[in-house]
Amino acid sequence: MTDLTKLKISEARDALRKGDVTSVELTEACLAAIDKADALGAFVHKTPEVAVQQAKTADDRIKSGDAPDLCGIPLGIKDLFCTKGVPSQAASAILNGFKPEYESTVTSQLFDAGAVMLGKLNMDEFAMGSSNETSTYGNAINPWRRGNDDTALTPGGSSGGSASAVAADLCLAATGTDTGGSIRQPAAFTGITGIKPTYGRCSRWGIVAFASSLDQAGPMTKDVRDAAIMLEAMCGHDPKDSTSADLAVPNFEAMLTGDIKGKTIGIPREYRMDGMPDEIETLWSEGRRMLEDAGAVIKDISLKHTKYALPAYYVIAPAEASSNLARYDGVRYGHRAKLAQGDGITEMYEKTRAEGFGSEVQRRVMVGTYVLSAGFYDAYYNRARKVRTLIKKDFEDVFAQGVDAILTPATPSSAFELGKEHTDPVEMYLNDVFTVTVNLAGLPGISVPTGLDSQGLPLGLQLIGRPWEEGDLLNTAYALEQAAGFVAKPSQWW
Amino acid sequence: MSIDIETAARVAKLARIRVEDDALPALAQEFSNILGFIEQLNEVDVEDVEPMVSVEPMRLKRRQDGVTDGGMQDKVLSNAPDAREGFFAVPKVVE
Repeated sequence: MTDLTKLKISEARDALRKGDVTSVELTEACLAAIDKADALGAFVHKTPEVAVQQAKTADDRIKSGDAPDLCGIPLGIKDLFCTKGVPSQAASAILNGFKPEYESTVTSQLFDAGAVMLGKLNMDEFAMGSSNETSTYGNAINPWRRGNDDTALTPGGSSGGSASAVAADLCLAATGTDTGGSIRQPAAFTGITGIKPTYGRCSRWGIVAFASSLDQAGPMTKDVRDAAIMLEAMCGHDPKDSTSADLAVPNFEAMLTGDIKGKTIGIPREYRMDGMPDEIETLWSEGRRMLEDAGAVIKDISLKHTKYALPAYYVIAPAEASSNLARYDGVRYGHRAKLAQGDGITEMYEKTRAEGFGSEVQRRVMVGTYVLSAGFYDAYYNRARKVRTLIKKDFEDVFAQGVDAILTPATPSSAFELGKEHTDPVEMYLNDVFTVTVNLAGLPGISVPTGLDSQGLPLGLQLIGRPWEEGDLLNTAYALEQAAGFVAKPSQWW
Repeated sequence: MSIDIETAARVAKLARIRVEDDALPALAQEFSNILGFIEQLNEVDVEDVEPMVSVEPMRLKRRQDGVTDGGMQDKVLSNAPDAREGFFAVPKVVE
């Protein structure tokens, strides 16, 4: 069998069960591809010994007939997940040298299902960023280029390493996390599929916290079927996360029928932004037509507080981050600054955090500190939480009118150049304009690649579903995927 | 809203992040830009709107108030920058 790394999870699963390939062969093919792809900056901690050991165990399990779907499937793991005995730094210098003594619930579940970990993947520091440029490891690079132009493009962020690795076929799939768009935006920039489930579907235990009321883990895969398979393995109630939902996890893959006849798809008029490129507009109306041709009923809807989602997010997320990141104090783990004669504990905190946090993280921690400080708490933080209530109500209202899913663009542009001077942080924040509402409302959202722009770069559409109805959402995404027939791959230059 | 250098310095202090004096004007400018962006929220009528507490209404689960884990001092201390005699070590905090 050639090109093992290009296999999808579903194909590899079937080949493994038939005995056409072993997990060790698959794993070694991925490890070889990873070693040739350092130019992509995707894998930042390689774990070949762990991988081969897990692959051998998986092969034994498959032989004995006990093979869950993910048994023997080689995955990449975002650096935000704590993995026992393996560096887990959230791409931050403040966690230099940190090797957790425990395993996150999501990775535990994946490994219990027999999945193989190839290594840890690059990301924006503490998942704060939309271009993977805030990482302490350096940039992750998009395997896609503008035709023959060798300008390095961003794979998006924060799950940039995950997106780059999956798009470049270094692994069969990867874990991501999404606080404001960090799975869906990079998936769209790299021509892959990424789903953020309903808040509470995946346990957050052992995932380095950024904004606890918004963070959710999810899979980044080569197609919708793989997203369904991997999501099922990641979900489930966990007593160690009080916000994880005690709900049965359906067999998502079994729900992929491609039949969406009679489903109502909402098209929100507020997502038509001023200055939106024509290509995005065209992509969106094409998607609308594809779903209509598949038998869905298209309905124009209004989500009238959309415009306020980003400003609300940039109060709530930094506020929660300032609280969550208070734990990085140089006492229990990670970096501690060298102290001068006479320095006390306050100097230790201040120097450690100045040295350990990058500039975007420092900025957000300080913005969060400001909006929570005495005298501003009501004006900023409480007001943002009220606006969040209104944003969620917008969605509840359209779902009550019978809308099953909402179709929007995933990003306002295709992948942009790395290394551009970002003088205004707000400009970077606009990347999440279509995705951030979904986190604020706790809803499931999926990005599906549906076309290429004039420069040959992938573009994606986003579908937003009702809470806890990931199965239905995945099925609508599956219908869109089939209609779009996106098969383009980046040509290998790395 | 414009943030002055003094406010920027106060916020840095509250956040326990050392910012050198010469970096404060740029920081204050960045804060001003971000807060200017956030100020759009003032356009929204939030009269009688409850601030969101939990995005998916769920009853928090209760559990037995019992010991389920522990007895792993060495593991707890294994990542500490400075640990001595079974404790985290820090600069002197009490004179």
